[in-house]
Amino acid sequence: MKVRVSVQLKPGILDPQGKAVEHGLHGFGFEVEHVRIGRLIELDVPGDDVAEVRAKAQAMCDKLLVNPVMEKASIEVL
Amino acid sequence: MRVAVPVFPGSNCDHDALHACGTVMGWEAIPVWHQETRLPDNTELVIVPGGFSYGDYLRCGAIAALAPIMADVKRHADNGGLVLGVCNGFQILCEAQLLPGALLRNESLRFIHADVHLRVERADLPFTRAMKAADVFQVPIAHAEGNFTIDPADLADLEARGGVAFRYCSPKGEIGAEHVPNGAMNGIAGIVNLRGNVLGMMPHPERAVDPKLGPTGGLGMFRSLAEAFARA
Repeated sequence: MKVRVSVQLKPGILDPQGKAVEHGLHGFGFEVEHVRIGRLIELDVPGDDVAEVRAKAQAMCDKLLVNPVMEKASIEVL
Repeated sequence: MRVAVPVFPGSNCDHDALHACGTVMGWEAIPVWHQETRLPDNTELVIVPGGFSYGDYLRCGAIAALAPIMADVKRHADNGGLVLGVCNGFQILCEAQLLPGALLRNESLRFIHADVHLRVERADLPFTRAMKAADVFQVPIAHAEGNFTIDPADLADLEARGGVAFRYCSPKGEIGAEHVPNGAMNGIAGIVNLRGNVLGMMPHPERAVDPKLGPTGGLGMFRSLAEAFARA
């Protein structure tokens, strides 16, 4: 099954890239705040049980995809 | 003294470390390819070098932390062996969970190369024993992700247990945000584990040891290691 893992910096963590993009958007006159940059990871995980596939994706997050010191992830099974 | 320097695809300070240990200090310095599963027998010090291991893919150091040789580096550390991680090597040690915290993008978003001053916070370590507490030494930095970050509770623990080995400072040793090049919390440039045998730092002491190449502010650390091994 297709799995989409979205990795974001945790709320308390400064995101200078997000800040830079926010400044850029302000330059175009957009009213916007709290811009945060993350990472989107798509995976094909074998299996057809959503809960099982989700658990596997969670294990992948815990082992490698996410650094819990600075990041958090949300998992979407498509 | 036998020093092993793991080499990952994208390491670029491995030769600096080998030069500092081999040519300058006269130690036996051995490069070890990341696919190896064993450090050379009787390795006393492992230097995890700087660079861009695996192109900094996913997160700096994340893939290198999984390399086969790292399991033996962990075993070496667990047995009390010395491990020094410099720059990308520091990032690798954090990702391998040999050290706490993480290195984020510099606050300025820029790659910074500069000479910085460090204040010695711990002078009782094998890496610092030839120096004195509050000594100031000058070494270069060259990184884009050196902004040390850790959970507030873990930061308090780290400070309370004396886990900070080096802090960025002015040439006179003054501490303050204006002397921190990359936004690192509490101006932290280097940290050490609880046992005191694993040290990670963003600045490059191994690039400041040879008078033929420039200033030698990094020599204090290498002399410390020499002293530590003379005693062992």
